[in-house]
Amino acid sequence: MQLATARSACRQFGQALRLKLKQGWSLLRELSGDDAYERYLQHQALHHPDETPLCRHAFFKREQQQKWQGVKRCC
Amino acid sequence: MQQRIGHILLWLGISVLGASAVGGIALHRGESINALWFIVAAVCVYAIGYRFYSAWVAARILMLDDTRATPAERLNDGRDYLPTNRWVVFGHHFAAIAGPGPLIGPTLAAQFGYLPGTLWILAGSVLGGCVQDMCVLFFSTRRNGRSLGQMARDELGPIGGAAALFATLLIMIILIAVLGLVVVNAMKHSPWATSTVIATIPIAIIVGIYMRYIRPGRVLEGSLLGVILLLLSVGGGGWVDQQPVLRELFNHPGLPLAFGVIGYGFLAAVLPVWLLLAPRDYLSTFMKLGTVLLLAAAIIVLQPEIKMPALTQFTDGSGPIFAGSIFPFVFITIACGAISGFHALIASGTTPKLLSNERDIPMIGYGGMALESFVAVMALIAATVLEPGIYFAINSPAGIVGALPSEAVATITSWGFPVTVEQMDALAKAMGEATLFARTGGAPSLAVGMASIFASAFGEHLLAIWYHFAIMFEAVFILTTLDAGTRVGRFMLQDMLGNLWPKLGRTSWYPSVIFSSALVVAGWGYFLYIGVIDPNGGVNILWPLFGIANQMLAAIALCVCTGILIKSGKLKYVWVTALPLLWLTILTSTAVYEKVASDNPRLGFFAAADDLSQKLASGVLPPEKAAVAPQLIFNQQLDAWLAMLFAALLWIIILDMLRMASRHLRGLPVPESKETPYQQTRLETQQGATA
Repeated sequence: MQLATARSACRQFGQALRLKLKQGWSLLRELSGDDAYERYLQHQALHHPDETPLCRHAFFKREQQQKWQGVKRCC
Repeated sequence: MQQRIGHILLWLGISVLGASAVGGIALHRGESINALWFIVAAVCVYAIGYRFYSAWVAARILMLDDTRATPAERLNDGRDYLPTNRWVVFGHHFAAIAGPGPLIGPTLAAQFGYLPGTLWILAGSVLGGCVQDMCVLFFSTRRNGRSLGQMARDELGPIGGAAALFATLLIMIILIAVLGLVVVNAMKHSPWATSTVIATIPIAIIVGIYMRYIRPGRVLEGSLLGVILLLLSVGGGGWVDQQPVLRELFNHPGLPLAFGVIGYGFLAAVLPVWLLLAPRDYLSTFMKLGTVLLLAAAIIVLQPEIKMPALTQFTDGSGPIFAGSIFPFVFITIACGAISGFHALIASGTTPKLLSNERDIPMIGYGGMALESFVAVMALIAATVLEPGIYFAINSPAGIVGALPSEAVATITSWGFPVTVEQMDALAKAMGEATLFARTGGAPSLAVGMASIFASAFGEHLLAIWYHFAIMFEAVFILTTLDAGTRVGRFMLQDMLGNLWPKLGRTSWYPSVIFSSALVVAGWGYFLYIGVIDPNGGVNILWPLFGIANQMLAAIALCVCTGILIKSGKLKYVWVTALPLLWLTILTSTAVYEKVASDNPRLGFFAAADDLSQKLASGVLPPEKAAVAPQLIFNQQLDAWLAMLFAALLWIIILDMLRMASRHLRGLPVPESKETPYQQTRLETQQGATA
């Protein structure tokens, strides 16, 4: 009985840990811009379903060009 | 009820702990003091400032409204305007505001002792810098993410707007020159450092090609590859240093290195961003965050002793690293670690376009600056854990303490900071350098401090590796600022020139790109060149000039905030931005006055020019100094005029703001406040997440 409780607690902990790790990983991807293309596809599908989205290559090129147009880094 | 009591007790505890830590640091007079006290004091001060002051400003003065739709929501275009997770916005904002300034300023200001710098970093940030960042972020958010220059024009008038834009361009030029000088001084006659820093360029290009062609947009993979290559390049530099032939290839005096940096800056400004600038920025962000976390961990684990006294005799203005007394120069020198005008450019522009809710403003604006200020505290610790004699031997220019090691140690020991040639030689050998004498600019002494902290925490025998790791880390993100700054300067210049001849304003027209990039690079290249040939180290001139410019930009931002507060009927609370503004105005005006009018040739620009002219005329200068003297004389005069121009710009904006405020208070018409009308948010509020 006790063993079963311990096992289920363990499993719960494992699940919670996996969830946290997954959240952390997606935060890191979002922070670094690693998932920018996926987000762009989502945005296009939601708001402009009639347009053909850019390919990954063209999207990334446009993103970088645009990102460095203004003041992006400080002293 | 119980929860409430628990809450009160918790904050009472933090206040008592913070007060005793600050009090302990301020009143301690003994052999040495533990660095952990600085960390405790800083964390408590930031926590109290954030929990109480920022919350009060947010609720009473700015009156944040979490039901109001932000520009990111209203104007969502999936690109510029995009409601974003608040931790992600915080990350972007912090990565953008955290530059090399808070590492260098506190290192230089340590010549006054550990106390003045620490107190100003803490007080200046919680009462000034954090408030500035937060208010600018708020006002820009309420104005569709308009830039500081646009807000100055809208709210104060065209004069204020033009002055703000011009001031920003000038600051950029001085900033890049002084950062370039720091890198040059770190690479001077050091094959290891030079080869490692040069290797970062092809590494960035490899990462750029990887992210563009091999695996497009895979930022994390590319960055990981780059970080591994950077770490290998630190080891590789050590190998180069051992090869007699290769070694000479990377062993250069300052001047050729300065020309290298100038050429590099030009290339970086005209090459496509994906090739060099963007990948370098990813690498520098990861290195920066990693190193800062590592340093914090090492300080907490190791708890090093601070060896610098609380105050040194140099508070009177006779300091070897830069001239000028504690008031106003400790404030001017710390600059970005306490208040940085540059942050106002980030807080208006990019960040407000990403905010999904106004209630995140204190965390991102106030909290982001508090974290930046914490980096400054750690830099101060790294500088003050060194024996003061060693600190002064590394940072004092040869023109002050003497060119020969024996002269230098004799001078520094006579100040009461004992140091020997053997000690310095052993240290240089341990760090894998030929010499550490007169390595001005702050980077080498910060690297020595960091290396000794890291080495005692993670392995004593790796001192040389840690030293060059620290140099590489500083160089990577100084060069990122140099690239990004040159490019921004180019855009601003093209924008201005476009008014004269529209074709020059086109950012894609190649002749204009080349021409305006060359002008910007020539601007900072000139100051860098003079800084390198100046026997007094250049830092003595350039860093105060940069500090004045940066604090002046902060005053401009606070001026805009103050003007908006008055116009929106918050005269009662206007002191929140007006007092920091008053303080910065006193600081910058006094500093400019001293730099222009002082008859001490080390402090006053005109005095230095006169002194050198007299020496040149009477023929007492040795031939190599006489050859460069006319250039130095011209430069000192130019710097004086530049400092006066800074002060004039600041006063123009202040008077413009006061004129507007007085008209408003007398009921006369003023430019209308451009706040966008209320619109209710449709985004799901994450009430639970902010509780």
